[in-house]
Amino acid sequence: MSLLDYFKISKVSSASLAKERLQILVAHERSSKNQPSYLPQLQKELLAVIQKYVNVSQDAISVSFEQDDDQETLELNIVLPDHQAKAV
Amino acid sequence: MARVIVVTSGKGGVGKTTTSAAIAMGLAKRGHKTAVIDFDVGLRNLDLIMGCERRVVYDFVNVINEEATLNQALIRDKNCNLLYILPASQTRDKDALTQEGVGRVLEELKKDFKYIVCDSPAGIEKGAHLAMYFADDAFVVTNPEVSSVRDSDRMLGLLSSKSRRAEQSEEPINEYLLLTRYAPERVKLGEMLSVDDVQDILSLHLLGVIPESKSVLNASNSGTPVILDEKSDAGQAYADIVARYLGEDVPHRFIDDKKGFFRNLFGGK
Repeated sequence: MSLLDYFKISKVSSASLAKERLQILVAHERSSKNQPSYLPQLQKELLAVIQKYVNVSQDAISVSFEQDDDQETLELNIVLPDHQAKAV
Repeated sequence: MARVIVVTSGKGGVGKTTTSAAIAMGLAKRGHKTAVIDFDVGLRNLDLIMGCERRVVYDFVNVINEEATLNQALIRDKNCNLLYILPASQTRDKDALTQEGVGRVLEELKKDFKYIVCDSPAGIEKGAHLAMYFADDAFVVTNPEVSSVRDSDRMLGLLSSKSRRAEQSEEPINEYLLLTRYAPERVKLGEMLSVDDVQDILSLHLLGVIPESKSVLNASNSGTPVILDEKSDAGQAYADIVARYLGEDVPHRFIDDKKGFFRNLFGGK
Protein backbone atom coordinates (compact mmCIF):
# COMPACT_ATOMS: atom_id res chain seq x y z
CA MET A 1 0.00 0.00 0.00
CA SER A 2 1.61 3.21 -1.07
CA LEU A 3 0.58 6.83 -1.43
CA LEU A 4 -0.49 6.33 -5.02
CA ASP A 5 -2.96 3.59 -4.11
CA TYR A 6 -5.08 6.14 -2.24
CA PHE A 7 -5.83 7.92 -5.50
CA LYS A 8 -6.89 4.88 -7.44
CA ILE A 9 -10.54 4.72 -8.43
CA SER A 10 -12.19 2.42 -5.96
CA LYS A 11 -13.96 -0.59 -7.44
CA VAL A 12 -16.42 -2.88 -5.71
CA SER A 13 -14.23 -4.68 -3.22
CA SER A 14 -13.56 -8.30 -4.02
CA ALA A 15 -14.34 -9.24 -0.41
CA SER A 16 -17.92 -7.97 -0.65
CA LEU A 17 -18.33 -9.88 -3.89
CA ALA A 18 -17.05 -13.01 -2.14
CA LYS A 19 -19.48 -12.53 0.72
CA GLU A 20 -22.45 -12.05 -1.58
CA ARG A 21 -21.62 -15.15 -3.62
CA LEU A 22 -21.09 -17.22 -0.50
CA GLN A 23 -24.35 -16.13 1.12
CA ILE A 24 -26.37 -17.19 -1.92
CA LEU A 25 -24.49 -20.47 -2.32
CA VAL A 26 -24.57 -21.47 1.32
CA ALA A 27 -28.29 -20.70 1.63
CA HIS A 28 -28.99 -22.84 -1.43
CA GLU A 29 -26.83 -25.72 -0.21
CA ARG A 30 -28.38 -25.66 3.25
CA SER A 31 -31.90 -25.84 1.85
CA SER A 32 -31.11 -28.76 -0.41
CA LYS A 33 -29.11 -30.63 2.22
CA ASN A 34 -32.06 -32.10 4.09
CA GLN A 35 -34.05 -33.06 1.05
CA PRO A 36 -34.78 -36.72 0.52
CA SER A 37 -32.74 -38.25 -2.27
CA TYR A 38 -35.85 -39.32 -4.23
CA LEU A 39 -36.94 -35.71 -4.78
CA PRO A 40 -35.41 -35.10 -8.25
CA GLN A 41 -36.83 -38.40 -9.56
CA LEU A 42 -40.24 -37.61 -8.03
CA GLN A 43 -40.22 -34.21 -9.68
CA LYS A 44 -39.40 -35.76 -13.06
CA GLU A 45 -42.15 -38.37 -12.85
CA LEU A 46 -44.77 -35.91 -11.62
CA LEU A 47 -43.93 -33.63 -14.50
CA ALA A 48 -44.35 -36.50 -16.96
CA VAL A 49 -47.79 -37.33 -15.55
CA ILE A 50 -48.97 -33.73 -15.56
CA GLN A 51 -47.71 -33.19 -19.09
CA LYS A 52 -49.95 -36.03 -20.23
CA TYR A 53 -52.97 -33.87 -19.40
CA VAL A 54 -51.81 -30.28 -19.38
CA ASN A 55 -49.34 -28.54 -21.62
CA VAL A 56 -46.88 -27.22 -19.05
CA SER A 57 -43.20 -26.58 -19.40
CA GLN A 58 -40.40 -28.03 -17.32
CA ASP A 59 -39.96 -24.96 -15.15
CA ALA A 60 -43.68 -24.57 -14.47
CA ILE A 61 -43.48 -27.21 -11.78
CA SER A 62 -41.63 -27.00 -8.51
CA VAL A 63 -41.37 -29.49 -5.72
CA SER A 64 -40.11 -28.38 -2.36
CA PHE A 65 -39.53 -30.24 0.82
CA GLU A 66 -39.57 -28.70 4.27
CA GLN A 67 -38.82 -30.19 7.60
CA ASP A 68 -40.00 -28.89 10.96
CA ASP A 69 -39.47 -30.47 14.32
CA ASP A 70 -42.39 -32.82 14.08
CA GLN A 71 -43.60 -32.77 10.48
CA GLU A 72 -42.36 -32.96 6.95
CA THR A 73 -44.11 -31.04 4.19
CA LEU A 74 -43.90 -31.84 0.52
CA GLU A 75 -45.13 -28.91 -1.52
CA LEU A 76 -46.03 -29.26 -5.16
CA ASN A 77 -46.54 -26.13 -7.20
CA ILE A 78 -47.73 -26.15 -10.81
CA VAL A 79 -48.22 -23.02 -12.84
CA LEU A 80 -50.85 -23.62 -15.52
CA PRO A 81 -50.63 -21.81 -18.85
CA ASP A 82 -52.47 -18.47 -19.16
CA HIS A 83 -55.20 -19.58 -21.57
CA GLN A 84 -57.56 -22.45 -20.86
CA ALA A 85 -55.50 -25.53 -20.09
CA LYS A 86 -56.17 -27.94 -22.90
CA ALA A 87 -55.73 -31.64 -23.05
CA VAL A 88 -52.97 -32.92 -25.29
CA MET B 1 -14.82 -36.03 32.37
CA ALA B 2 -12.67 -36.35 29.24
CA ARG B 3 -13.54 -34.26 26.18
CA VAL B 4 -12.96 -35.30 22.59
CA ILE B 5 -12.12 -32.35 20.33
CA VAL B 6 -12.10 -32.68 16.54
CA VAL B 7 -10.11 -30.21 14.47
CA THR B 8 -11.80 -30.20 11.09
CA SER B 9 -12.34 -28.06 7.99
CA GLY B 10 -13.33 -30.03 4.92
CA LYS B 11 -10.80 -28.15 2.81
CA GLY B 12 -7.12 -29.07 2.92
CA GLY B 13 -4.24 -26.78 3.72
CA VAL B 14 -6.12 -24.40 6.00
CA GLY B 15 -4.16 -25.26 9.15
CA LYS B 16 -5.79 -28.30 10.79
CA THR B 17 -2.56 -30.01 11.79
CA THR B 18 -0.91 -26.74 12.85
CA THR B 19 -3.99 -26.04 14.98
CA SER B 20 -4.17 -29.57 16.41
CA ALA B 21 -0.52 -29.44 17.45
CA ALA B 22 -0.84 -25.96 18.93
CA ILE B 23 -4.00 -26.48 20.96
CA ALA B 24 -2.95 -29.92 22.17
CA MET B 25 0.33 -28.43 23.39
CA GLY B 26 -1.54 -25.45 24.87
CA LEU B 27 -3.94 -27.66 26.82
CA ALA B 28 -1.08 -29.83 28.11
CA LYS B 29 0.97 -26.76 29.07
CA ARG B 30 -2.01 -25.60 31.11
CA GLY B 31 -1.76 -28.80 33.14
CA HIS B 32 -4.28 -31.03 31.39
CA LYS B 33 -3.18 -34.48 30.28
CA THR B 34 -3.80 -34.43 26.54
CA ALA B 35 -3.51 -36.88 23.64
CA VAL B 36 -3.46 -35.81 20.02
CA ILE B 37 -4.38 -38.33 17.32
CA ASP B 38 -3.56 -38.16 13.62
CA PHE B 39 -6.53 -39.50 11.61
CA ASP B 40 -4.85 -38.91 8.26
CA VAL B 41 -3.98 -42.55 7.56
CA GLY B 42 -1.61 -42.83 4.61
CA LEU B 43 -0.63 -39.15 4.72
CA ARG B 44 0.49 -38.63 8.29
CA ASN B 45 2.08 -35.31 9.17
CA LEU B 46 1.23 -34.56 12.76
CA ASP B 47 4.40 -36.41 13.83
CA LEU B 48 6.45 -34.03 11.68
CA ILE B 49 4.74 -30.91 13.05
CA MET B 50 5.21 -32.21 16.62
CA GLY B 51 8.86 -33.11 15.92
CA CYS B 52 8.55 -36.78 16.86
CA GLU B 53 8.75 -38.34 13.38
CA ARG B 54 11.82 -40.39 14.27
CA ARG B 55 10.26 -41.88 17.36
CA VAL B 56 7.26 -43.50 15.64
CA VAL B 57 7.26 -47.25 16.22
CA TYR B 58 3.61 -48.26 16.36
CA ASP B 59 0.63 -46.33 15.10
CA PHE B 60 -3.13 -45.82 15.43
CA VAL B 61 -3.95 -48.68 13.02
CA ASN B 62 -1.68 -51.08 14.95
CA VAL B 63 -3.66 -50.24 18.10
CA ILE B 64 -7.01 -50.68 16.34
CA ASN B 65 -5.88 -54.07 14.99
CA GLU B 66 -4.51 -54.99 18.44
CA GLU B 67 -1.00 -55.46 17.03
CA ALA B 68 0.27 -53.04 19.71
CA THR B 69 -1.08 -51.68 22.97
CA LEU B 70 -2.06 -48.05 23.31
CA ASN B 71 0.87 -47.44 25.66
CA GLN B 72 3.31 -48.84 23.11
CA ALA B 73 1.98 -46.56 20.37
CA LEU B 74 1.62 -43.30 22.32
CA ILE B 75 4.66 -41.03 22.01
CA ARG B 76 5.38 -38.72 24.90
CA ASP B 77 6.13 -35.19 23.72
CA LYS B 78 9.69 -33.96 24.22
CA ASN B 79 8.57 -30.50 25.42
CA CYS B 80 5.71 -31.39 27.72
CA ASN B 81 5.27 -34.58 29.69
CA LEU B 82 1.48 -34.23 29.83
CA LEU B 83 1.20 -34.46 26.04
CA TYR B 84 1.10 -37.67 24.02
CA ILE B 85 0.92 -38.21 20.28
CA LEU B 86 -0.77 -41.12 18.53
CA PRO B 87 0.55 -41.12 14.95
CA ALA B 88 -1.37 -42.35 11.91
CA SER B 89 -0.18 -45.27 9.86
CA GLN B 90 1.76 -44.23 6.78
CA THR B 91 1.49 -47.51 4.87
CA ARG B 92 -2.22 -48.29 5.20
CA ASP B 93 -5.25 -46.63 3.67
CA LYS B 94 -8.21 -44.97 5.35
CA ASP B 95 -10.25 -48.20 5.31
CA ALA B 96 -7.96 -49.50 8.05
CA LEU B 97 -9.95 -47.30 10.43
CA THR B 98 -13.20 -48.79 11.69
CA GLN B 99 -15.89 -47.08 13.73
CA GLU B 100 -15.75 -49.83 16.33
CA GLY B 101 -11.95 -49.68 16.53
CA VAL B 102 -11.76 -45.88 16.79
CA GLY B 103 -14.50 -45.92 19.43
CA ARG B 104 -12.61 -48.51 21.45
CA VAL B 105 -9.32 -46.57 21.35
CA LEU B 106 -11.06 -43.32 22.33
CA GLU B 107 -12.83 -45.01 25.26
CA GLU B 108 -9.49 -46.32 26.50
CA LEU B 109 -7.88 -42.88 26.15
CA LYS B 110 -10.77 -41.24 28.01
CA LYS B 111 -9.88 -43.21 31.14
CA ASP B 112 -6.48 -41.57 31.36
CA PHE B 113 -6.65 -38.24 29.49
CA LYS B 114 -8.55 -35.00 30.02
CA TYR B 115 -8.51 -33.89 26.39
CA ILE B 116 -8.27 -35.96 23.22
CA VAL B 117 -7.59 -33.88 20.12
CA CYS B 118 -8.48 -35.55 16.82
CA ASP B 119 -6.62 -34.10 13.83
CA SER B 120 -8.96 -34.74 10.90
CA PRO B 121 -7.79 -35.33 7.33
CA ALA B 122 -9.19 -33.07 4.61
CA GLY B 123 -12.27 -34.19 2.74
CA ILE B 124 -15.43 -35.88 3.96
CA GLU B 125 -14.38 -39.49 3.50
CA LYS B 126 -13.92 -42.18 6.13
CA GLY B 127 -10.94 -40.65 7.98
CA ALA B 128 -12.66 -37.29 8.33
CA HIS B 129 -15.94 -38.94 9.26
CA LEU B 130 -14.40 -41.04 12.03
CA ALA B 131 -12.34 -38.10 13.34
CA MET B 132 -15.52 -36.15 14.02
CA TYR B 133 -17.91 -39.01 14.79
CA PHE B 134 -17.14 -39.30 18.52
CA ALA B 135 -16.45 -35.59 19.13
CA ASP B 136 -17.81 -33.49 21.99
CA ASP B 137 -16.38 -30.24 20.64
CA ALA B 138 -15.46 -29.25 17.08
CA PHE B 139 -12.89 -26.65 16.11
CA VAL B 140 -13.77 -25.64 12.56
CA VAL B 141 -10.62 -24.23 10.99
CA THR B 142 -11.46 -21.77 8.21
CA ASN B 143 -9.48 -19.41 5.98
CA PRO B 144 -11.13 -16.12 4.95
CA GLU B 145 -11.54 -17.43 1.44
CA VAL B 146 -14.61 -18.63 -0.49
CA SER B 147 -13.79 -22.32 -0.93
CA SER B 148 -12.77 -22.75 2.70
CA VAL B 149 -15.92 -21.06 4.03
CA ARG B 150 -18.13 -23.18 1.79
CA ASP B 151 -16.40 -26.40 2.88
CA SER B 152 -16.67 -25.39 6.53
CA ASP B 153 -20.41 -24.95 6.10
CA ARG B 154 -20.59 -28.43 4.61
CA MET B 155 -18.65 -29.83 7.61
CA LEU B 156 -21.07 -28.10 9.99
CA GLY B 157 -23.91 -29.90 8.24
CA LEU B 158 -22.15 -33.24 8.73
CA LEU B 159 -21.32 -32.51 12.40
CA SER B 160 -25.01 -31.93 13.07
CA SER B 161 -26.26 -34.97 11.19
CA LYS B 162 -23.60 -37.68 10.93
CA SER B 163 -21.95 -37.64 14.36
CA ARG B 164 -22.60 -40.00 17.26
CA ARG B 165 -24.22 -37.20 19.24
CA ALA B 166 -26.56 -36.44 16.34
CA GLU B 167 -27.41 -40.08 15.69
CA GLN B 168 -28.16 -40.78 19.34
CA SER B 169 -30.07 -37.49 19.76
CA GLU B 170 -27.72 -36.36 22.50
CA GLU B 171 -26.76 -32.76 23.12
CA PRO B 172 -25.18 -31.48 19.89
CA ILE B 173 -21.42 -31.03 19.41
CA ASN B 174 -20.16 -27.59 20.51
CA GLU B 175 -18.92 -25.94 17.34
CA TYR B 176 -16.26 -23.23 17.35
CA LEU B 177 -14.79 -21.13 14.57
CA LEU B 178 -11.02 -20.67 14.25
CA LEU B 179 -10.21 -18.23 11.49
CA THR B 180 -6.64 -18.79 10.31
CA ARG B 181 -4.25 -17.03 7.91
CA TYR B 182 -6.04 -13.75 8.59
CA ALA B 183 -4.52 -10.59 7.12
CA PRO B 184 -6.14 -7.50 8.70
CA GLU B 185 -4.43 -5.13 6.25
CA ARG B 186 -6.02 -6.96 3.32
CA VAL B 187 -9.40 -6.94 5.05
CA LYS B 188 -9.04 -3.19 5.43
CA LEU B 189 -8.44 -2.88 1.69
CA GLY B 190 -11.53 -4.94 0.91
CA GLU B 191 -9.44 -7.77 -0.48
CA MET B 192 -10.29 -10.37 2.13
CA LEU B 193 -13.43 -11.53 3.92
CA SER B 194 -13.54 -10.06 7.42
CA VAL B 195 -14.19 -11.95 10.66
CA ASP B 196 -17.71 -10.48 10.66
CA ASP B 197 -18.33 -11.59 7.07
CA VAL B 198 -17.34 -15.18 7.87
CA GLN B 199 -19.41 -15.18 11.05
CA ASP B 200 -22.43 -13.79 9.17
CA ILE B 201 -22.24 -16.76 6.84
CA LEU B 202 -21.34 -19.56 9.24
CA SER B 203 -23.00 -18.22 12.46
CA LEU B 204 -20.42 -19.89 14.66
CA HIS B 205 -18.98 -18.97 18.03
CA LEU B 206 -15.58 -17.38 17.29
CA LEU B 207 -12.86 -18.96 19.40
CA GLY B 208 -10.10 -16.91 17.85
CA VAL B 209 -8.33 -15.45 14.85
CA ILE B 210 -4.83 -16.59 13.87
CA PRO B 211 -3.04 -13.97 11.81
CA GLU B 212 -1.06 -14.89 8.72
CA SER B 213 2.38 -15.29 10.24
CA LYS B 214 5.90 -16.29 9.31
CA SER B 215 6.19 -18.04 12.65
CA VAL B 216 3.90 -20.88 11.48
CA LEU B 217 6.33 -22.02 8.77
CA ASN B 218 9.28 -21.51 11.12
CA ALA B 219 7.57 -23.70 13.70
CA SER B 220 6.81 -26.51 11.26
CA ASN B 221 10.36 -26.32 9.86
CA SER B 222 11.72 -27.05 13.30
CA GLY B 223 8.99 -29.46 14.45
CA THR B 224 7.80 -27.39 17.40
CA PRO B 225 4.14 -26.42 17.77
CA VAL B 226 3.85 -22.68 17.07
CA ILE B 227 2.22 -22.05 20.45
CA LEU B 228 5.66 -22.60 22.03
CA ASP B 229 6.91 -19.54 20.13
CA GLU B 230 5.49 -17.25 22.77
CA LYS B 231 6.83 -14.11 21.15
CA SER B 232 5.05 -14.74 17.86
CA ASP B 233 1.61 -13.38 17.02
CA ALA B 234 0.36 -16.81 15.91
CA GLY B 235 1.70 -18.41 19.11
CA GLN B 236 -0.08 -15.83 21.24
CA ALA B 237 -3.27 -16.19 19.20
CA TYR B 238 -3.30 -19.95 19.87
CA ALA B 239 -2.61 -19.39 23.57
CA ASP B 240 -5.64 -17.05 23.68
CA ILE B 241 -7.75 -19.69 21.95
CA VAL B 242 -6.78 -22.33 24.52
CA ALA B 243 -7.62 -19.90 27.34
CA ARG B 244 -11.00 -19.07 25.81
CA TYR B 245 -11.78 -22.74 25.30
CA LEU B 246 -11.02 -23.31 28.98
CA GLY B 247 -13.59 -20.66 29.83
CA GLU B 248 -11.46 -17.59 30.35
CA ASP B 249 -12.65 -14.24 29.11
CA VAL B 250 -9.77 -13.13 26.89
CA PRO B 251 -10.33 -10.17 24.54
CA HIS B 252 -9.83 -10.87 20.84
CA ARG B 253 -6.58 -9.71 19.26
CA PHE B 254 -5.08 -9.74 15.76
CA ILE B 255 -8.38 -8.73 14.15
CA ASP B 256 -7.53 -5.11 13.41
CA ASP B 257 -4.70 -3.78 11.33
CA LYS B 258 -2.09 -2.80 13.89
CA LYS B 259 -0.03 -0.86 11.41
CA GLY B 260 -0.75 2.85 11.53
CA PHE B 261 -2.00 5.07 8.76
CA PHE B 262 1.44 6.51 8.10
CA ARG B 263 3.13 3.16 7.81
CA ASN B 264 0.50 2.11 5.30
CA LEU B 265 0.89 5.40 3.49
CA PHE B 266 4.57 4.84 2.96
CA GLY B 267 4.21 1.20 2.06
CA GLY B 268 5.42 -0.21 5.39
CA LYS B 269 5.54 -3.97 5.56
